[in-house]
Amino acid sequence: MLSDPVTPTQITRGQRLWLYALVTLIALFLVVPCLLVIPMSFSGGTYLEFPPKSLSLRWYQAFLGSPEWRQATLTSLKSAGLTTVIATVLGTAAAWGIHQRSTVFSQGLRGLFMLPMLVPLILVAIGLFFLFSRLGLNGTLTGLVLAHTMLAIPFVVIAVGNGLSSYDMSQHMVAQSLGANGLVAFFTVTLPQIRISVLSGAVFAFITSFDEVVVGLFIASGSNETLARRMFSNIRDQVDPTVAAISSLLVGMVVIGMAVFMILQPKAKR
Amino acid sequence: MTGLADRMPSGRATRPEGINAPLLRRAARQEGIGFALLSLPGVIVVVLVLVLPMAWLFWMSAFDNAGNLSLENYERMLRPIYQRTFTTTFRIAFVVSIACGVLAYPIAYLMAQSGPRLSMLLMLCVMLPFWTSVLVRTYAWLVLLQRTGLINAALMDLGLISEPLALVHNELGTIIGMVHVMLPFMILPLYASMKAIDPALLLAAANCGATPAQGFRQVYLPQTFSGLASGISLVFVMCLGFFVTPVLLGGGRVSMWAQQISDNISLYGNWGAASSLGVVLVLCTAFVLGGMRMALAQIEKRGR
Amino acid sequence: MQGEVAIREISKSYGTYQALDHVSLDIAPGEFVTLLGPSGSGKTTLLNVLAGFIRPDSGSIRVDGQEFLTLPPHRRNLGMVFQNYALFPHMSVARNVAYPLTLRRVPKAEIARRVATALETVKMGHLADRPIQALSGGQRQRVALARAIVFEPAILLMDEPLSALDKNLREHMQIELKRLHDKLGTTTVYVTHDQREALTMSDRIAVLNHGQIVQCDTPSRLYDHPVNRFVAEFIGESSFLPVEVSGGATRLFGRPLALRERWSGHGTPLLLVRPEKLAWREPEGGGNRVDATATEVIYQGDSYFLNLELPGKSQIALRYNPHAAGGLVPEPGQTISFWLAPANTILIEDAA
Repeated sequence: MLSDPVTPTQITRGQRLWLYALVTLIALFLVVPCLLVIPMSFSGGTYLEFPPKSLSLRWYQAFLGSPEWRQATLTSLKSAGLTTVIATVLGTAAAWGIHQRSTVFSQGLRGLFMLPMLVPLILVAIGLFFLFSRLGLNGTLTGLVLAHTMLAIPFVVIAVGNGLSSYDMSQHMVAQSLGANGLVAFFTVTLPQIRISVLSGAVFAFITSFDEVVVGLFIASGSNETLARRMFSNIRDQVDPTVAAISSLLVGMVVIGMAVFMILQPKAKR
Repeated sequence: MTGLADRMPSGRATRPEGINAPLLRRAARQEGIGFALLSLPGVIVVVLVLVLPMAWLFWMSAFDNAGNLSLENYERMLRPIYQRTFTTTFRIAFVVSIACGVLAYPIAYLMAQSGPRLSMLLMLCVMLPFWTSVLVRTYAWLVLLQRTGLINAALMDLGLISEPLALVHNELGTIIGMVHVMLPFMILPLYASMKAIDPALLLAAANCGATPAQGFRQVYLPQTFSGLASGISLVFVMCLGFFVTPVLLGGGRVSMWAQQISDNISLYGNWGAASSLGVVLVLCTAFVLGGMRMALAQIEKRGR
Repeated sequence: MQGEVAIREISKSYGTYQALDHVSLDIAPGEFVTLLGPSGSGKTTLLNVLAGFIRPDSGSIRVDGQEFLTLPPHRRNLGMVFQNYALFPHMSVARNVAYPLTLRRVPKAEIARRVATALETVKMGHLADRPIQALSGGQRQRVALARAIVFEPAILLMDEPLSALDKNLREHMQIELKRLHDKLGTTTVYVTHDQREALTMSDRIAVLNHGQIVQCDTPSRLYDHPVNRFVAEFIGESSFLPVEVSGGATRLFGRPLALRERWSGHGTPLLLVRPEKLAWREPEGGGNRVDATATEVIYQGDSYFLNLELPGKSQIALRYNPHAAGGLVPEPGQTISFWLAPANTILIEDAA
């Protein structure tokens, strides 16, 4: 590690050692809590401990064996799946419309689509709780998907917008000159070339919905309780090691996702 | 100025319209509408699910419990209990954003300066928490910091302490957890601003006779200010309205703004109080972000 | 024959900036017309108006009698070659060329045949299965061309298609494009800022400046009889000398000028001096003599660069071929004379 070059014009050898030591500590601070839940989840005791005194899969069995946890997981997957599809379609269409015009109006639209990212979640949550109680959408999957779609749209608009800003619009124009109408040109020429951006927008949308706690806390009650909401209540009210098992599964998913991304990345660049 | 502006449109109007001009204007309008229609479904969702309820909250904040127009909800915020919430929130947000700035700088710096392999490794260390659910991370900290947790156990084993420290269910635990949650949001913009610096500038500085420390201070550091400032303000704003981590790690003893709003609804059903708190929170957020933008624009202007 | 274009009074402004100012141009079927001008002259805007990517404020474009302005780009049936070729990176060479045919629902077997023919035409038949990324600049250029001609459009539009190629390849491709045009006979509108390219390939050249067509003529008319200083400067190497007009008589440095036709233009004319039209000995039948002092003489291999000082302190710089002057190489400070035959004595308006 020490052989890696840090521009010698900025830093002396002694300072470099300090820098490496400091950064190692910060990196550990970032990573260790995420990974620590994995060994803990295999604990055989009824109480969380580290290192675990005995190993077992009992907390995974507790998770999979509980109808409530299974139901919550299913709700979260359904909500995240629907949100991903809807937000990606709406966000991509919006980004494409905005990109083709550079008027004050389209700048305003872009601003509007950033709003869900800027308003504090707790406000969104109580606002929606209020609105949905009048529309009868509290505790429904429809309400949940609607709320999560709204929260996810900015990420799709940003990701697709970034993709489009490095996309050569003459590609779209030449397709039109060759006889494709706007829609056909978009699907045969533009979309294949911005697919990485659309895909990353979709991933963001999925995570936004799946990990969302605060809004779900207010509007996802009853049989449509989300996994995140159930985890939150569980952590707040009783520290149940089942959460460790779920957390490990979630961290495992992130690690797998990152590994897949790492493997695909060089291909995408070429 | 006005004379010219007055004359211009009339001068153009007297000119005969070109061939097909009305037809082309209509076609241009239709095209514009077509592009706007692409955004329409998204706009409907955002307006219906965000703007409408927000407007409703703003509206409600201006009425007292009896339904009369009043400033009662805003006056209530001057009470000591709310004052304490505000001071706690701002104090925590301030400490967390400064801590994030301090911790993010060295790691972002090393990421920007080192070779591709180390840089990639560090990036992974940032991305893992970035993509991991806030709940999972908060849960991990709860377990790490509790009385029988890993940190207390390690410190006792080392003989540094004899009694376990109270690391969680208080402000300290809240801050530790929040720093962990916010740190990636600080590192990423900072790294981007460092990556944009031309390395030749530092060679040039050295060539002009600057020592490494001088080169860093006088050439490198100023160019990272904008990334640092935007990262810190982003983290600060996110901290102001943060809910999950303070509730779980504060254990009910750390009352932050978002929790106050939530309690007003779920415990007292007081919509006026909750919405007025929300309005002020939104205004604070807009104020910090807007102020940040203006300050950055100012710096940019001065730089040129 | 198809591909007759009638452009009438096309105007386009962006705020106060007039990109096109009442441009009219007729293009005959099968003609190769080049739009030539400096950047910002409106040549690319005009091409994009033709293609349907820019909507003008007013005007009319008729192609074979049909009004084009209200047609969307995909229904204009124009082949277009972009400056950066705009080949689809996610398709192979053959699929790129097949794209317009697929859109037209041409049967598969015929697509294959026509793609092969088009690629053969541009000498790219052997690379049909390559990905675009594997092609060189010149090869991409050819594929883009094949894709634009494969559906036999009535009109071919090209936006500086050779500007990204190096000089040798560019000159080679100019000749090839010209041959291809002779073979296909497709009406072609070609945009460039390179005057030599325009002179090499065009039937007619429209010179644009500030959104207007300054002059539209055959290459030789444009070169020999530019309507004003702007055109003269833009096409070929040229210097200008002031001419006095009094009572219908024209004089250069006090001497009367022998002209083929009397000056009938507006304002004070300028004498256009093209280096290759100068005679370094008095021509038979006489000519207009100019005396000059060589102030700088710089050797440049096939020629010399001369800086000449003329009466009245005016200066001209020109490339001088000693071969044409009987081997005479002036010393700095030496006085020399040159002549312009009346046919080569061209007066132009002083409008930049």
